Amino acid sequence: MTVHNLYIFDRNGKCLYYNEWNRKKQAGISKEEEYKLMYGMLFSIRSFVSKMSPLDSKEGFQSFQTSRYRLHYFETPSGLKFVMNTDLSVSNARDALQHIYSNLYVENIVKNPTCILGNSLDSDLFSTRLDTFIRALPYYNPRTT
Amino acid sequence: MLASMLFAIGSQLSPEPGSSGIEMLETDVFKLHCFQTLTGIKFIVLADPRQASIDALLRKIYEIYADFALKNPFYSLEMPIRCELFDQNLKSALEIAEKAGNFGAGS
Repeated sequence: MTVHNLYIFDRNGKCLYYNEWNRKKQAGISKEEEYKLMYGMLFSIRSFVSKMSPLDSKEGFQSFQTSRYRLHYFETPSGLKFVMNTDLSVSNARDALQHIYSNLYVENIVKNPTCILGNSLDSDLFSTRLDTFIRALPYYNPRTT
Repeated sequence: MLASMLFAIGSQLSPEPGSSGIEMLETDVFKLHCFQTLTGIKFIVLADPRQASIDALLRKIYEIYADFALKNPFYSLEMPIRCELFDQNLKSALEIAEKAGNFGAGS
């Protein structure tokens, strides 16, 4: 049971924050390209979901899974996007992402007068608290190999 | 076409080696299931999030495709499927799955 990595994007598609805990395979492209690819994929999935949805949907796309991992997605009304990859045993990480937004992002970045919104999140306090939170998750378990 | 690109990107961005493309996508009102065969044919089903045993349904649909489309001498690969037996069998498989799914959601 584990968390692989986390991305935070602003509403313009800029990656504000990225960290990884248990990533076994890199994408084979530079980090910049990877952020763009990830954002582009999510943007396309959201547009695809809103067109294909048989009923009116309030929240839209929430997660997807492949044979090896699950991607969880949470978007705030201001367009901030939280993306977390975990293994398949984690069925719902929405609460965790919601907590990261309300208790970590809002408290440590938005309320910080030296942090300019729209720039990359370089608050040490945010990073350490986020890291502690992720490691404290019940489904986080770093593999020894 | 866009859908198959998205599913493939899901595999490239994987943090774990050996990942497939997207197999299931979840929203608040529906779940999309995708089954990819070895030849690259994708079967995509949109269902209620509570509907059970879609995997079995996807394999059943693959079987119906193999029996009534591929084995039909008048059907050419890569073309739209206009085979009556395919439609009939598909319809009854979907009806069975829906009935079975209702019992699953209710209990």
